[in-house]
Amino acid sequence: MIYRSHVLICHGTGCTSSKSEQVAEAMQRELVERGLDSEVKIVKTGCFGLCERGPIMVIYPEGATYCMVTVEDVPEIVEEHLVKGRIVKRLLLGDKEAKDVAKSLENVGFFNKQMRIALRNCGVINPENIEEYIARDGYSALAKVLTEMTPQEVIDVIKKSGLRGRGGAGFPTGVKWQFAHDAQGDEKYVCCNADEGDPGAFMDRSVLEGDPHSVLEAMTIAGYAIGAKQGYIYVRAEYPIAVQRLRIAIDQAREYGLLGNNIFGTDFSFDIDLRLGAGAFVCGEETALMTSIEGHRGEPRTRPPFPAVKGLFGKPTLLNNVETYANIPVIINKGPEWFASIGTEKSKGTKVFAIGGKINNTGLVEIPMGTTLREVIYDIGGGIPNGKKFKAAQTGGPSGGCIPASHIDTPIDYESLISLGSMMGSGGLIVMDEDTCMVDIAKFFLEFTVDESCGKCPPCRIGTKRMLEILEKITSGKGEESDIEKLESLANSIKKSALCGLGQTAPNPVLSTLRYFRDEYLAHVREKRCPAGICKALIRYVILEDKCKGCGLCARKCPAGAISGEIRKPHTIDANKCLKCGVCMESCKFNAIITQ
Amino acid sequence: MSDFVTLTIDGIEVKAPAGSTVLEAAKLAGIHIPTLCYLKGINEIGACRICVVDVGARSYQAACMYPVSEGLKVVTNSPELREARRVTLELILSSHAKKCLTCVRNGNCELQTLARDLNVKDLPFEGQEPNYPIDDQSPSIVRDPNKCVLCRRCVSVCKNVQTVAAIETMERGYRTIIGSPFNMALKDTPCVNCGQCITACPTGALHEKSSTRKVWDALVNKDLYVIAQTAPAVRAALGEEFGLPIGTPVTGKMVSALKKLGFDKVFDTDTGADLTIMEEATELVNRIKNNGKLPLITSCSPGWIKFCEHFYPDMLDNLSTCKSPQSMFGAMLKSYFAEKMGIDPARIFVVSVMPCTAKKFEIRRPEMAATGYPDVDEVITTRELAEMIREAGIDFLNLEDEKFDDPMGEASGAGVIFGATGGVMEAALRSVPYLMTGKDPDTVEVNAVRGEDGIRTAELEVAGMKIKAAVAHGLGNARKLLDKIRSGEETYHFVEIMACPGGCVAGGGQPIQPASVRNEIDIRAERAKALYSEDVSSTIRFSHRNPVVQTLYKEYLGEPGSHRAHELLHTHYTARENYPENCEA
Repeated sequence: MIYRSHVLICHGTGCTSSKSEQVAEAMQRELVERGLDSEVKIVKTGCFGLCERGPIMVIYPEGATYCMVTVEDVPEIVEEHLVKGRIVKRLLLGDKEAKDVAKSLENVGFFNKQMRIALRNCGVINPENIEEYIARDGYSALAKVLTEMTPQEVIDVIKKSGLRGRGGAGFPTGVKWQFAHDAQGDEKYVCCNADEGDPGAFMDRSVLEGDPHSVLEAMTIAGYAIGAKQGYIYVRAEYPIAVQRLRIAIDQAREYGLLGNNIFGTDFSFDIDLRLGAGAFVCGEETALMTSIEGHRGEPRTRPPFPAVKGLFGKPTLLNNVETYANIPVIINKGPEWFASIGTEKSKGTKVFAIGGKINNTGLVEIPMGTTLREVIYDIGGGIPNGKKFKAAQTGGPSGGCIPASHIDTPIDYESLISLGSMMGSGGLIVMDEDTCMVDIAKFFLEFTVDESCGKCPPCRIGTKRMLEILEKITSGKGEESDIEKLESLANSIKKSALCGLGQTAPNPVLSTLRYFRDEYLAHVREKRCPAGICKALIRYVILEDKCKGCGLCARKCPAGAISGEIRKPHTIDANKCLKCGVCMESCKFNAIITQ
Repeated sequence: MSDFVTLTIDGIEVKAPAGSTVLEAAKLAGIHIPTLCYLKGINEIGACRICVVDVGARSYQAACMYPVSEGLKVVTNSPELREARRVTLELILSSHAKKCLTCVRNGNCELQTLARDLNVKDLPFEGQEPNYPIDDQSPSIVRDPNKCVLCRRCVSVCKNVQTVAAIETMERGYRTIIGSPFNMALKDTPCVNCGQCITACPTGALHEKSSTRKVWDALVNKDLYVIAQTAPAVRAALGEEFGLPIGTPVTGKMVSALKKLGFDKVFDTDTGADLTIMEEATELVNRIKNNGKLPLITSCSPGWIKFCEHFYPDMLDNLSTCKSPQSMFGAMLKSYFAEKMGIDPARIFVVSVMPCTAKKFEIRRPEMAATGYPDVDEVITTRELAEMIREAGIDFLNLEDEKFDDPMGEASGAGVIFGATGGVMEAALRSVPYLMTGKDPDTVEVNAVRGEDGIRTAELEVAGMKIKAAVAHGLGNARKLLDKIRSGEETYHFVEIMACPGGCVAGGGQPIQPASVRNEIDIRAERAKALYSEDVSSTIRFSHRNPVVQTLYKEYLGEPGSHRAHELLHTHYTARENYPENCEA
């Protein structure tokens, strides 16, 4: 059936939580009522990236991108756009006065600096329909591999492309495939790490929700390259939409003969099953992930032996992350030279980042390697809200570190981030403004690590706990200067002694903030002062005598009864009773309350 | 030489077998690397990070796991490594209840030793300390998570060696704790009380439920007639508690010490073992002759009995109805002996000295009270006996040897070897020919059932009868064997099962040897040697030739398998569910 219009509505996690499903339902109802449902088709897509402005709706053939669409907007969109052919300008995401609405996004930095390879189909196709994937060259890479290439040729292409693991450490993917290919064993496995766990990160989730077949196709290619018949995707149960779409995708791929026996009529057979994780952060560590798939408590094991030699169920295993796989079919189709032409000398291709924190355009972006932090934050991210100053960016999640404003022009690639004491990680990027306390940030990440440590080795299990306790001491104003030294030496010890990569990198948020923001630590310890005014124990709310009119509003709002004073005379705050909740400061109409 | 690789450790060139670890290779070079969680063959997980070495990688590697390779360069001793190990240990100590002075493992604690060896002189890390409830509800085992260092040895032995899995690692991060499903008390789980977790534990986080106080009280109670009986394996290991080499038999000193402690009589459980053989061998012959339920499976090991009740309830009929030697002997003490001596059985207090923690559970089974009184009143382990000897100020090493008391102190060599895996089987097979034909076999030893292999099978010609026998020790091995029997893959006439790997000599109540010793010496083989040597030097080597046993049958029991023997010496079993349906979480 041919439709005159296509309405793409984002059904990624971000837009879904801003009610895109209800928008789609309302649209469907409206179309049916007006008898337009045979002319206009709704396509539920994956993520467009700009979650901040969701729900996103794109209508073709005009190419109009609407944002923050509500159920109430639907009748207007149908009446104006779909019936009368008039663009609903007020909902347009980009240039509202653009002559050609399809080009209205041309000057929107969020989109024009991006390069979507891994996310190529996200927001474009219906992830629950394999034919839409196939229509966008889906499974053609697999066909090419199975009918025209030897396994070694496939591996050579991946090596030549310069693709490196997108899950964290950046190990060269082709080399990994070669190891798994060369390993002796009659049975091998291909695993996909979809246990994305960094706080605020949702890159892999978006790929799985928006383009699940790209992962299935890549895993099948990998199976052919290393000689495996079975693949497992380890995905967290907290990603219900991803799980559901993967299930549909696997069923459809089997139905189309793209998974199962004798794929494309060759003698190559491969199948994929899902394994749901319960959400432990450590299960994103490769050996813990495999231990979990095997049915045991998810804990890392020592390496060597490496998974390529002795992995899942003791067999040679190839393990890559979702985003890494999503690049594979494109590399096969467009050639390794094309891929290697993107990015920097040692970091090829693009990287997907989930940008969050103090930034205007929260969302998901895919940028060529080598893009500077400044471009990401100001051009793509739209800068810091309320005109605040950029202070630091945190990358690499709990294993990463903070990059200070002085390094904002650093091109983003694996090596440069490592040299700054952070890391690429899986792509979480949290932006911090001048109101952020860096000791508090270090504490936040350490709290996460302490909570998520598997408990197997003492350096991580006890060491991170002790580090957190020292940080709590410092942020509560009880720190001594020796605590900073103790913190630093313990951090370095954990880095060397912990069993797995997560434990070894757990001290990074502390070490990197100590490296760039030592003065903030010292202010907490020496002056018992939190420069950003975040650490509650170190701030004091005071009423400025000359500004206070004695209206008594603050005293009435204070939940602790800490404010007293005669009417029309300056009030005072009893520091012993004050909970430091800040309600008084918010309620004061005369800006008479400040923190010290 | 292709099976060897050459590597350098601390500048020393070492040839080590391919596939060995850096820890093993270092040993060859005479280099000691400290360890904590590593227990050879049982717990090899590289968790504790005490044995870290520098192999030139980004981070330090666990020597107990890191494989050797050609040309590998390893540093085991540097200021950085010493510091790394010490910091890790200081962290462990910061979350360990440091109650060393009152700890059951004071003086025999691997953590203490390590703190000394790594020169810990300060406890720099302060912070939240563990405060968990202690589980002391089991009659056999006490768990104190506050002293646990989470080395996982107990979990490995319970799960992988014994296949009971009553404990596992739970929670995560700093809240990680070893515990039972749904935080149930150990007594409510399928824990079989074998105590292998205790002997694996490097600290005092696991220990036996102490009975020494009750025994001291009984000893000073003038109304009580207190009798000690000692299991065979105790004499093979008690000396270790006083610094003697592993495998030194100390029977005479043990008897002497017990008398000094004030026991009215000191008897030998081996005599009970001889009685067990008479009953069990008779049962075997009867079952074979009368097409009874086969295989007949031994019932001496209370850990095994509870395991069978939990996991193989369909095979309870295969179990010999014989009580264990200690219970048989206790029943005889409170019946025959009481009558003969004119003592009111209510006044008799029987204390068993056992290599076993499960025996503490066994005596509390309601069916173990043939005379209306408990067959046995208290069980102390080999370790607890050593505690009492020390507490009494007895100079154990300089004691004169003494003999077990009359009239029930005589035992055969067959009774002695009960303490080693295969011993019950061998003792029974020594007596089967006599029970069938009235004649002793030509050779005493039954070497076919001896040894260290987890499962051993033999086809024997006994008194013209072909007997297919199998021996398993360690419950994981028992499980393998039983599954084959259950499925019909294998058929046997007679099966011996001991819960503990190695049998009673390596029971959960035996002296605890640290991993540094266990990783180097096969302690169960050394202890078993002591028993086999005592057997060889025994004048009586057949249970049926034991004059005490003969007298018991003549004067009191009649013949093996008689009605009275059944009343006093036999029992029944109960199927147990593993976890109650509606267990409270």
